Amino acid sequence: MTAITPEVIREHGLSEDEYARIVRLLNREPNLVELGVFSVMWSEHCSYKSTRAHLRRLPTTAPWVLQGPGENAGVIDIGDGDAAIFKMESHNHPSFIEPYQGAATGVGGIMRDVFTMGARPIAMMNALRFGEPGHPKTRHLVSGVVAGIGGYGNCMGVPTVGGEVNFHRSYNGNILVNAMCVGLAKKDKIFLSAAKGAGNPVVYIGSKTGRDGIHGATMASAEFTEAAEEKRPTVQVGDPFTEKLLLEACLELMATDAIVAIQDMGAAGLTSSSAEMADKGGSGIELDLDKVPQRETDMTAYEMLLSESQERMLAVLKPGREAEAERIFKKWELDFAVIGITTDTKRLVVKHKGAVVADLPVHALGDEAPRYERPYTKRAPTRDGVTFDTARKVTDSLLTLMASPDMCSRRWVWEQYDNTVMADTVQLPGGDAAVVRVHGTNKGLAITTDVTPRYCKADPFEGGKQAVAEAWRNITAVGARPLAVTDNLNFGNPEKPDAMYEIVAAIDGIAEACKALDFPVISGNCSLYNETNGEGIYPTPAIGAVGLMADVHRMATIALKRDGDALILIGETRGHLGQSLYLREVEGRETGAAPPVDLVAEKKNGDFIRGLIERGRVDTVHDVSDGGVLCALAEMALAGNIGAEVGVAGVQPDAIPFFFGEDQARYLIAAPPDTAIAIDEAAQKAGIFVALIGKTGGGKITVAREGEVTLARLRTAYEGWFPAYMSGEELTPTN
Amino acid sequence: MKSAVVVFPASNCDRDAQTALKQLTGNNPHMVWHGESELPEVDLVVLPGGFSYGDYLRCGAMASQAAIMPAVQAHAEKGGAVLGICNGFQVLTESHLLPGALLRNAGLKFVSRPVTMTVEETQSAFTRHYSKGQTVTFPVAHGDGNYFADEETLNRLEGENRVVFRYAPGDNPNGSSRNIAGILNEKRNVLGLMPHPERVCDPLLGGTDGVALFQSLIEALG
Repeated sequence: MTAITPEVIREHGLSEDEYARIVRLLNREPNLVELGVFSVMWSEHCSYKSTRAHLRRLPTTAPWVLQGPGENAGVIDIGDGDAAIFKMESHNHPSFIEPYQGAATGVGGIMRDVFTMGARPIAMMNALRFGEPGHPKTRHLVSGVVAGIGGYGNCMGVPTVGGEVNFHRSYNGNILVNAMCVGLAKKDKIFLSAAKGAGNPVVYIGSKTGRDGIHGATMASAEFTEAAEEKRPTVQVGDPFTEKLLLEACLELMATDAIVAIQDMGAAGLTSSSAEMADKGGSGIELDLDKVPQRETDMTAYEMLLSESQERMLAVLKPGREAEAERIFKKWELDFAVIGITTDTKRLVVKHKGAVVADLPVHALGDEAPRYERPYTKRAPTRDGVTFDTARKVTDSLLTLMASPDMCSRRWVWEQYDNTVMADTVQLPGGDAAVVRVHGTNKGLAITTDVTPRYCKADPFEGGKQAVAEAWRNITAVGARPLAVTDNLNFGNPEKPDAMYEIVAAIDGIAEACKALDFPVISGNCSLYNETNGEGIYPTPAIGAVGLMADVHRMATIALKRDGDALILIGETRGHLGQSLYLREVEGRETGAAPPVDLVAEKKNGDFIRGLIERGRVDTVHDVSDGGVLCALAEMALAGNIGAEVGVAGVQPDAIPFFFGEDQARYLIAAPPDTAIAIDEAAQKAGIFVALIGKTGGGKITVAREGEVTLARLRTAYEGWFPAYMSGEELTPTN
Repeated sequence: MKSAVVVFPASNCDRDAQTALKQLTGNNPHMVWHGESELPEVDLVVLPGGFSYGDYLRCGAMASQAAIMPAVQAHAEKGGAVLGICNGFQVLTESHLLPGALLRNAGLKFVSRPVTMTVEETQSAFTRHYSKGQTVTFPVAHGDGNYFADEETLNRLEGENRVVFRYAPGDNPNGSSRNIAGILNEKRNVLGLMPHPERVCDPLLGGTDGVALFQSLIEALG
């Protein structure tokens, strides 16, 4: 067997101190197999060693939270015995190396996290960040990632109902692919991963094990270099057909009471699933690798333990139930094998060809993993001056923004995703949040993902708050009550004090907003080391959120619906142009402070809006975010194919900051004049900023004293950029 | 009307078909596993959408060899109604219950969006509740829906009024020959179409244009 030299240790991504810790815990040197096991279990990806201390500050409980962080996914109570199970997870590095398979297996992995808990996946979302459009790799990556997400999700028959796509140079060498899955279960039929009890059979189900993906978790825990493409063999290959069979077979098995515990084999495959299950169950596990279904010949114990072959699950059954389970898996033409047994030794013991190849105390792999309070350097938020050319024409700028890569229609993307399969999607992509009906009921789940990385770069604390607030607002804007979030924390190298500060401050911001909005974090994932050749990404703590509406018939959408409606702006407009899309796209500057988030105003304004929707007073609502009031109005007009006339109102008399400022806690709504008067009065009475800013009608957007633009022209700008870009038109970098 | 929905490995619109049939007929359809060799006594057999066998080899090719398919064939030969939606249409062409083939979309991408079609033919058990020339909107969601057949077959299909649904001019999502979206067999008891009628039977889901197809069947088959 290979000797454990300092070089071998380094290749396993372990520091000298970490290796010394392993020797201390074992009271001996590990062998190579054991070193491999430690390297993945102690990787940043699996152990959260740099973030654990900080993640503790996030609120994770509420009366409706049935399962918080620590399981495969979080669970909330949505009434009537139903539970929603959801999580978001990254697959960034693999997607950069091999975009189709990287994205596809990201989708497959997060779906397994959800259905391993007993849920049928009912909706998918994806938060995607690519490099600048002019970068030579971007188009290829967009094309591959979108096709991969569609290729996997469409075959699974789970609708992909929305998400985000952004472009920025900070992702040129390190794209972000964050996939979120929402599932539905009965709250008394939720499956956990704690392998309790000794003498229970440990069974392997799903695909065979091959040599793919070995050390994926370690790869996800190191910076990238230009040589990254050589790591292509560590990217797994997805097989959505097998996953669909695995989903149906698992749900069929779960309908029996044969299962003690179940967990998917995700990052670090067989190793992490068995170690985590034993750890949570306070038991031990003994595995016989000779029984593992294998796709290739002569696989070593090292390879089998570290393989990240997809579409596999590990389950602990009640003794004597093996035949019943096997029958179900054979029906679905999947591999099934009893590969081990639970013990009371609290050790993970692995045998191969008659010999013990690893014998490790379970707690050493999990609880005893190193935790770091890494040093960080606090930096002041960006505050530099915001200047802009006051002579620019508002309507010209509107066209520029609507055709910009971060604002334009994502139709090119979502039309490659089946978003209507399962016949419950009541709000399609393009609105503030997607809404899927709870099958067979009138209840709906509203789902969104949000973060504004340029705010987070300028001010990680306010940016973290804003990501949560915007998700909360988007759920509110369709009429749902925001219930809980999953966070996908994408950052740079935590060993660098600047990047570590971004992590710490963003988590603080998220924690503050989640507390204020009663919006607990129930699951999540950290993706660190998103750097290439020393260049870190913008801090991107993506927030996925889920809300509940009692009756999907009372749901708001962004589309203008009638001529003659009054346009009502809720929330205070000061005209905050710092870090706005306007400054970046029109003035070519990323300057100024990120918009401050007043959480009291968020809550007050949002509760007011939700009340209006729930009482059936308002059916047309759009949250005001990127691009400000005028872009929000343009999206509403295009969605409903009805124009509007609009003018400045309130405390900000200057057109550019009024129309393009990105002040938070705002909604634009449309309602018939009588209702609008009542809403105006009610808002004033409640102490909420309200302004009547115009009315709907016609085929253009007319801005008082500024000019007009036809919907046809706006539509061409809005719909044109993405298909033109993807068809290969030459572009100059825009940011 | 009694109905059955065949479930292949990785069918994924089986539940959608089941929901629509139950909603419109009042009866739960039989869900028939691909490994069965007999069908229950039914008037209508639905081959649902999805990715049977992962679309590996060719869409519908492996499902066409499933154990249940001889029974579906026999049902059709006896004059029983068969409705193939999306992947079900692909299975029907692979089984030669319908002529032609469904190729990769002309744009080489999966296409998921509502499409407008005209109802070309109302003399069928599937379409008698529509009016001739009526415009309807159903969603499509497929990567291989580009209907192809030789000129002679296409002429024959049109000559025998077997083209039932045609994509509206300018709204052909996949490059299908002559904008064909759905066709009948010679005996007019087997319909295959790429768009999804079962997803537009509820006003909350973007329309009810699919309802008339199921109502036609209920009236024709009792």
